Amino acid sequence: MTSVIEVRGLHYRYDDGTTALNGVDFRLEVGESVALMGPNGSGKTTFVLHLNGLLTGEGKVEVCGLTLEKKHLAAIRRKVGMVFQNSDEQLFMPTVIEDVAFGLRNAGTDPEAAATRARMALEAAGMPPAAASRAPYHLSAGEKKRVAIAGVLAMDPEILVLDEPTTFLDPPAQRSLAAWLAQLPQAKLIVTHNIRFAAAICNRAVFFQEGRIAAEGPVLEVAERFDWDFTPD
Amino acid sequence: MRHVVLDRWSRGASAVHRRDPRAKIVPLLALLIAVATADRAVPLLAFELVFVLSAGLWWAGVPVLDALARAALVLPFAASFAAIAWLGGDPARGLSLALKSYVSALAVLFVVSTTPLPALLGGLGAMGAPRFLLEVAQFLYRYLFLLSEEAQRMAGAAAARNASLRSWRGSGERFRAAAGALAVLFARSYTRAADIHRAMLARGFEGRLPTLSSGRFNVADGVFAAISSVLPWALRLVAAGSRQGIS
Amino acid sequence: MHIPDGFLATPVWAATDVIALPAVAYTARRAQRAFDEARVPLLGVLGAFVFAAQMINFPVGPGTTGHLVGGALLSFTLGPAAASVVMTAILSIQALVFQDGGVLALGANTINMALLGVLAGYLPFALWGGGRFRRLAIFAGGTLSVLVSALAALSELLVSGVKMPLPVLGLSLALFLVSAVLEGAITLAIMEALARIQPGAARAEREFARPGWPRALAMVSLAALVLASVGVLLASAAPDGLERLGEQIGINSKVRTLIHTPLSNYRAAFLHSDALGKAAAGLAGVALVYCACLVVGRMVARSRSL
Repeated sequence: MTSVIEVRGLHYRYDDGTTALNGVDFRLEVGESVALMGPNGSGKTTFVLHLNGLLTGEGKVEVCGLTLEKKHLAAIRRKVGMVFQNSDEQLFMPTVIEDVAFGLRNAGTDPEAAATRARMALEAAGMPPAAASRAPYHLSAGEKKRVAIAGVLAMDPEILVLDEPTTFLDPPAQRSLAAWLAQLPQAKLIVTHNIRFAAAICNRAVFFQEGRIAAEGPVLEVAERFDWDFTPD
Repeated sequence: MRHVVLDRWSRGASAVHRRDPRAKIVPLLALLIAVATADRAVPLLAFELVFVLSAGLWWAGVPVLDALARAALVLPFAASFAAIAWLGGDPARGLSLALKSYVSALAVLFVVSTTPLPALLGGLGAMGAPRFLLEVAQFLYRYLFLLSEEAQRMAGAAAARNASLRSWRGSGERFRAAAGALAVLFARSYTRAADIHRAMLARGFEGRLPTLSSGRFNVADGVFAAISSVLPWALRLVAAGSRQGIS
Repeated sequence: MHIPDGFLATPVWAATDVIALPAVAYTARRAQRAFDEARVPLLGVLGAFVFAAQMINFPVGPGTTGHLVGGALLSFTLGPAAASVVMTAILSIQALVFQDGGVLALGANTINMALLGVLAGYLPFALWGGGRFRRLAIFAGGTLSVLVSALAALSELLVSGVKMPLPVLGLSLALFLVSAVLEGAITLAIMEALARIQPGAARAEREFARPGWPRALAMVSLAALVLASVGVLLASAAPDGLERLGEQIGINSKVRTLIHTPLSNYRAAFLHSDALGKAAAGLAGVALVYCACLVVGRMVARSRSL
């Protein structure tokens, strides 16, 4: 089995009854990078929240061969590294190093080993060693995003999920983030409105519409088909 | 913002900064108690302690004049009571009140400007403070900067809209506007906390936060703590003794 | 009203610290049981909210502004135990980072604002928040939380021998009353705005005490809390009443032999009688009130399964 994510017939309804996901089928292969595009409210974020069990709907969800059930949750959450849109809500520990080490500590790694691995992850993320003892508040948006990704990479995940990673980033930061992500070996799922960013990293795109996947194909083709790029007429 | 400056000072690398937080907390309490229970030669004791604390701040690389000015924030409150005592015919007591407040504030500032707050909280935890309380304080501090900025932005936006309403009639509307702004901020706190919790779960949080950092207590810490704890009491004896010598 | 270091007499700050330590440990344990560590971010963020909220100025008239203190609001939305923990965290950060309130005085400030104040704010809401008088209950909660905190602080200062001639005392009380009423108004305004954007943020109406003996006890404790804080204040301010009380209890002569020098300073002009009797009696009053509230608060909370 070469797929790292396998989703069949996923349905999800909010508490008030509105349907958020209306039967989604999706497959992610090892090392593949896929962009999730579509209008706001079409279910992209709701969908990815199912991949590590933050939401549970009806249908089949398998991550690295493990079905989504309580006994597999801890293992699945180590395999799926999720980076949320708002870095301030992701970096909640007082210092950078403590935040990057958070996942490792939860997995039972002792403080010293966790700190060492966290430092390595920060270095891989292009952050200077001095950043380790800084407070997240003092970092720039681009630095925060890097630290957030480092915190997730420190867990050695097989899949990286990023929800609108370019929000808050200026063009140079977007460019360097794209360059870095493109050379990471993990399978990647990127929710984004930024076509050029997606095209730089992903070889495939799926287009969400009203809770289901309406189309898929190469990034630029899908964008063209749905007129999804902003170019003034 | 004040806390931003203090946060910067606390992340220095001097010998004082490197001491275990507990080696600074214990002497702080010793000093505060020495000051609080002093009743003779208070001005002289205050002068000695300010001098020693300033020297310590200088050694730690913290801007001394800025720190001295910051400690003076307690003075308005103290000064009003001091003035009342003065007017009531007991100037010595009034002065003593103001000086004690100032020295105590300066001592606290010394510790907080040489120890990052999370490390300080960790030290308090190692000394037995309730974990739950410290964790709340840790999160509070982490989001303090962010929420203060948001509050100021909202206040600025509200002020821009209501700038023309200066009369009594406008007060009621501005009151409700301010309350509305706070309600929004309050509600957003819930969603923000939920998002944080989600991010915690995504990285394997299973109900117990990792222990707050607390370093290892070594010989240097012990020596520093011992000397610093004894010093205020020694200075007190000196002050009282020289006072008697003079009179 | 954050009391700085240097103002409280040694018996006062020592006693309040000794009382506050187990009290804080107790409320932390209770809050942890009700909320568990998953909710620490919520409590922390709400604490940061209160801090931030204290920066927003509410116009009280042309040229004057006031601001929210927050104890009552927190107790309505989190319950008294968690509200106490958040207020304690706020007070600690205020003392350490902002030099707003002393470190030795933290015990007194915690008792005043995080314990007595929160409880005084919560009880009216617990009693009447579910009925027709909801808005009045919210207003009363806000007002009483600030009033009781301020009175307790004032008592502690007076008992410590801080000189306060009658006009100054009167002015302080007037100012406290104004800020208490302001807190009630601001708290009410926020709760009403909240109800529009996030209904259900405050405790649901069906969660309130049914008529019965826990309710009666809650009412009695509320009355006791308010009257006692006023009473302790009056007793602290009146030189002779406490002394006579102290003599009758027999505290004076015994305690005199135990602690001497630090208090001699406080035998100055204002309190010409023995300060220790006052200190002891005043503190006994505060401690009694506190214990009563603790016991009742526990019963009220249990009947509400917090």
